[in-house]
Amino acid sequence: MSRLAAALVLAAALALAVSGCGGGGATQPEEKGKVLKGTITAVGSTAMQPLVERAAHRFMQAHPEVQISVQGGGSGTGLSQVAAGACDIGNSDVFAEEKEGIDASQLVDHKVCVVGMAAVVNPGVTVDNLTRQQLIDIFTGRITNWKEVGGPDVKVVVVNRPKGSGSRATFKKYALGGAEEVQSIEEDSSGAVRRIIRDTPGAIGYLALSYLDGSVKVISLDGVAPTKENIVTGRYPVWAYQHMYTKGQPSGVTKAFIEYMLSAEVQTTLVPEMGYIPVTEMKVERDWKGNVTPR
Amino acid sequence: MRRSGSGLSWERGLLLACAGLVIVLTVSIIVFISTKGLATFLVNRVSPAEFLLSTEWAPDRPAEQGGPRVGGLPYILGSVAVSVLAVMVATPLGLSGAVFAVEVAPRWGQRVLQPALEMLAGIPSVVYGWMGLTVLVPFVREHAGGLGFSLLAGFLVLSVMVLPTIFTVSADSLRALPPDLKEAAYALGSTRWQTIRRVLLPAARSGIIAGVVLGLARAFGEALAVQMVIGNTRKIPTSLLDPVTTLTSAITMDMPYTVMGSLWNNVLWSMALLLLLMSCGFIVAIKLIARRGVKL
Repeated sequence: MSRLAAALVLAAALALAVSGCGGGGATQPEEKGKVLKGTITAVGSTAMQPLVERAAHRFMQAHPEVQISVQGGGSGTGLSQVAAGACDIGNSDVFAEEKEGIDASQLVDHKVCVVGMAAVVNPGVTVDNLTRQQLIDIFTGRITNWKEVGGPDVKVVVVNRPKGSGSRATFKKYALGGAEEVQSIEEDSSGAVRRIIRDTPGAIGYLALSYLDGSVKVISLDGVAPTKENIVTGRYPVWAYQHMYTKGQPSGVTKAFIEYMLSAEVQTTLVPEMGYIPVTEMKVERDWKGNVTPR
Repeated sequence: MRRSGSGLSWERGLLLACAGLVIVLTVSIIVFISTKGLATFLVNRVSPAEFLLSTEWAPDRPAEQGGPRVGGLPYILGSVAVSVLAVMVATPLGLSGAVFAVEVAPRWGQRVLQPALEMLAGIPSVVYGWMGLTVLVPFVREHAGGLGFSLLAGFLVLSVMVLPTIFTVSADSLRALPPDLKEAAYALGSTRWQTIRRVLLPAARSGIIAGVVLGLARAFGEALAVQMVIGNTRKIPTSLLDPVTTLTSAITMDMPYTVMGSLWNNVLWSMALLLLLMSCGFIVAIKLIARRGVKL
């Protein structure tokens, strides 16, 4: 009985400790001398989570007094949590202006890197290139058989991410020109999408370049391949920034950490290693409305 | 007050506090989900009829294009279809198993069948989902046609998951029957099959129905395993091989991407409220059935 009680007390204490970390995330602006000290909570995009986690790990090794907690939850969660002041950094694959219900004027955008998005098909589909219009027709359900675009006589199976996903929003906006997709299979994660496309004859979907591993076939758009070179010059249009948002200008450890994310150290090692494109290498810039300008 | 001297007072207080906490938790969950779920109708002014009866789902469509539309019918029908079919498969299996374990081979039933089925209840739902995704979905695709992601795969996975519930509750209610019933039936010259079918099953009827309703409630609320095998396609299925979607998979898939307080987010809470109301309905049904038990 007493052991049970002890266990319960322990569990309650743990729960309190965990919720304490998650909620407060008090940033202490202590930059006296050289010792950085404080805690940071970064919440949001699962696409960015591995990158931020690895960078946070390195940062904490260099600054043992700093505690960084990185959590997923999705871009919507990241944006609403940072806007509510519940975390220090909100990770998002979309601009805050694009999300309904977010007051973007309070938030400061830090673009950390760029991720390209490619249409991918089952390896049995003998098509390497689609025009923009063909892609739109496939995703809106006007083309239902691969032979209509010069492929085999196989039915098209569209595989989507959930409606609110940042990848889907990017693909819809920049590859499909905002056209509304046909009812389709929806899968929660990029890993699941890749697996289904690999296994299902005639399947088409889209993946961030960081998810390509050779098991699915990459499609060029209007003859332009989704390569890093084509993305940085703006020739291939389907890409998105990975944003870190703060409420107001960051200070203290949060500022130091974001500077670290943008430093050459992270941008030249971690970012390309994990399949992203350093924001510093981009030759074009894009605003939230989609206007592209040379940098 | 009377017992204050007997040394029981603080234990009593502790128990009362725990019981009170449970009630407070339940009530606060219901209040929270209700306020969030009703916001769709009270704040966003969506008519309940659209939510329940429309098939058009486009919560992100801008107003200029005739949006946003939040018809939840495909989700509701998907949930109902998957759970009802699952229970239709699991009930004959679970009930036969219970009769076997209690009346036909009680020793074997208690030593082998019961633990085996109880183990099924202990397997995490992600494991069911994963097995469904890697074994059942390709199997359906190759042998039955379609994509594999289908209503069929969904309710087959679910039927295995609700089997232990139906089995356990039915077996318990058969076991709880007074021995006089069986003895009287045999004394009148009934065979074992006649005794089981004409006497024992009708006598245990209320318990068996409670088990089925409990299984239905479990099927309705299951999210992960179903989401992994049904394909999550928002349309009303016309065949068992069509992909479908359910309320629970809509909530788990979309919740992370929506912003608190937006219409889209509120509609997901309305779906949660609907699930809550359904499970309250199931609980009330079980209570009514249990009360209306056969008089002996």
